Amino acid sequence: MANLQVTTESKPVRLILILAAIIVLGLFLLLPLFAVFAEALRRGWEVFLASLTEDAALSAIKLTLLAAAISVPLNTLFGVSAAWLVTKYRFKGRAFLISLIDLPFAISPVIAGLVWVMIFGAKGWLPPETLTNLLAPAANLAAWAASSDRFGGLFEGLAAWLANPKIIFATPGIIIATVFITFPFVARELIPLMESQGSDQEEAAVTLGAGGWRIFWRITLPNIKWGLLYGVLLCNARAMGEFGAVSVVSGHIRGKTNTLPLHIEVLYNEYQFSAAFACATLLAFLALFTLGMKSLVEQLSGHSAAGKH
Amino acid sequence: MKTTLITTLLATSVLALTACKKSATPEAGKSALSLLNVSYDPTREFYVEINEAFKKQWIADNGGSLEIKQSHGGSGKQARSVIDGLEADVVTLALAGDIDVLNREAKLLPADWQAKLPDNSAPYTSTIVFVVRKGNPKALKDWGDLVNEGVQVITPNPKTSGGARWNYLAAWAWAEKAFDKDQNKVLDYITRLYKNVPVLDTGARGSTTTFAQRKIGDVFLSWENEAYLIEKEFPGETEVVYPSLSILAEPPVAVIETNTAKHGTTGAATAYLKFLYTDEAQNLAGKHFYRPRNKEIAKKFVDKLPSLPLVTVDADFGGWVNAQKTHFDDGGTFDKIYSAK
Repeated sequence: MANLQVTTESKPVRLILILAAIIVLGLFLLLPLFAVFAEALRRGWEVFLASLTEDAALSAIKLTLLAAAISVPLNTLFGVSAAWLVTKYRFKGRAFLISLIDLPFAISPVIAGLVWVMIFGAKGWLPPETLTNLLAPAANLAAWAASSDRFGGLFEGLAAWLANPKIIFATPGIIIATVFITFPFVARELIPLMESQGSDQEEAAVTLGAGGWRIFWRITLPNIKWGLLYGVLLCNARAMGEFGAVSVVSGHIRGKTNTLPLHIEVLYNEYQFSAAFACATLLAFLALFTLGMKSLVEQLSGHSAAGKH
Repeated sequence: MKTTLITTLLATSVLALTACKKSATPEAGKSALSLLNVSYDPTREFYVEINEAFKKQWIADNGGSLEIKQSHGGSGKQARSVIDGLEADVVTLALAGDIDVLNREAKLLPADWQAKLPDNSAPYTSTIVFVVRKGNPKALKDWGDLVNEGVQVITPNPKTSGGARWNYLAAWAWAEKAFDKDQNKVLDYITRLYKNVPVLDTGARGSTTTFAQRKIGDVFLSWENEAYLIEKEFPGETEVVYPSLSILAEPPVAVIETNTAKHGTTGAATAYLKFLYTDEAQNLAGKHFYRPRNKEIAKKFVDKLPSLPLVTVDADFGGWVNAQKTHFDDGGTFDKIYSAK
């Protein structure tokens, strides 16, 4: 079998190019990853495990998971409906709507946090007192539901929160900031995909008498499922890793409003480098998991789900 | 597919409910109290020990349970967060000016808050010292040496950091004495000093990391307690230098009455701050390199925390309200000398 000559560069040039690529890859990707694990384990497994299981770390992990568990499904739902709307229909202001979806990508995370302080902060437009008054009917209803035996204790937490609604410097603020920051991920992944697929199949289904929901479940969803999964993965990675916006609305109360990235910063500032990097390994694992899932998705879908930006 | 979606949504709402349960107020059972202490950067380690000691005493006296949460950051930034709604039960900040703001901007506590506790509501004091590299290679002994050619000075941003404002005033006080109150010479000295500052971090702890961890700069203008903490964390790398003159820093504490009334924690919060004046807490203050107010206990720590001439904000700068207006508010001397850079 004859070798096909695909490059015209001489051997040394090729070698230098390959070497340069490997060095850059090693320096910018592998070295930091290695540093995280090396630093985390520098003082042994015991310190490593202890730093992951102490109360403040556990609470940070819980809060991070909670923020992701709420923002990812919400933004999946939103992303699919938004992508469906802007690609299957033509209407006035469509281009504007697409740019609006991109807004959280375009603005700095600090601003993304500060806007919520401006709105819900004690000096903001909807300070806690105003919110208490606004939510009073809902609070009464929830209090009634909590006191009646029929629903068990299901409404107690909701009633307590509605009676004294705190958003900024509490869990809801962190969730709101996370939802805002991760807003575009799913939609951004789906819009180009659905755009390129066009609506021929949907139109054919309509002529055969299928209803809206049936078209969505039987035609649209199977077509976009890999792109959707990829968008969800990216959305999740960002939801768990977000630092800037969450830092602004958190208040940094240890064991209460610190997410994992914020907890890492606190530990670092306390000279607890090993503990800080032990927690950082969790985020590194998340990144590796996301990468692994991404390549799995690409294999299963049979073509590259990435590269559509 | 439909059912999975519905299950996910259900699971999410249940999670959301449990989350709300967690953020519910701790008033449910009065015996389970929770205090939030919003403090500035260098006090982290000190309050961890204070909290343990106070908790033990409180539970022995009152029963029930008590939880004390901490939040740390640059003093000015922390004050801003409390104004924006961070529900602190007590604040333990770097300077009175940052607590005055809580009264002026948000009426969170009465204007005479500083008279509520002994010693200007400052249970411990500190001062500003120099931290230099081992062996003091640039021979930096006093404030005048800091403006030498090629000396890099590390200090945080006076707009956001309390410690940085004490640094600034200490340098100013030295210059006024050295140049016999010639305002032009003083301004020129301060301008040259800040020309030697390569990075302005937002908080004292950020500056510590810059100097000790990232090894930037020749001298770090630091809280005395932070200076010894660096010695402990980075043994054999730094030295503490006492200048000929420094400033008496009084980091004050106060109960945020509006919040404690809402939380039902006024009693516990007041007891917590009063606890800072007990012998046990004063000893802990000394252990963490704060200067105890109790003279007897302060004597025990005089080897480590020597006496030196200290100016005060009240006597030399007309109090914090004046100092803030003259030096740090928009258009103050800091803006002038820093934009002149």
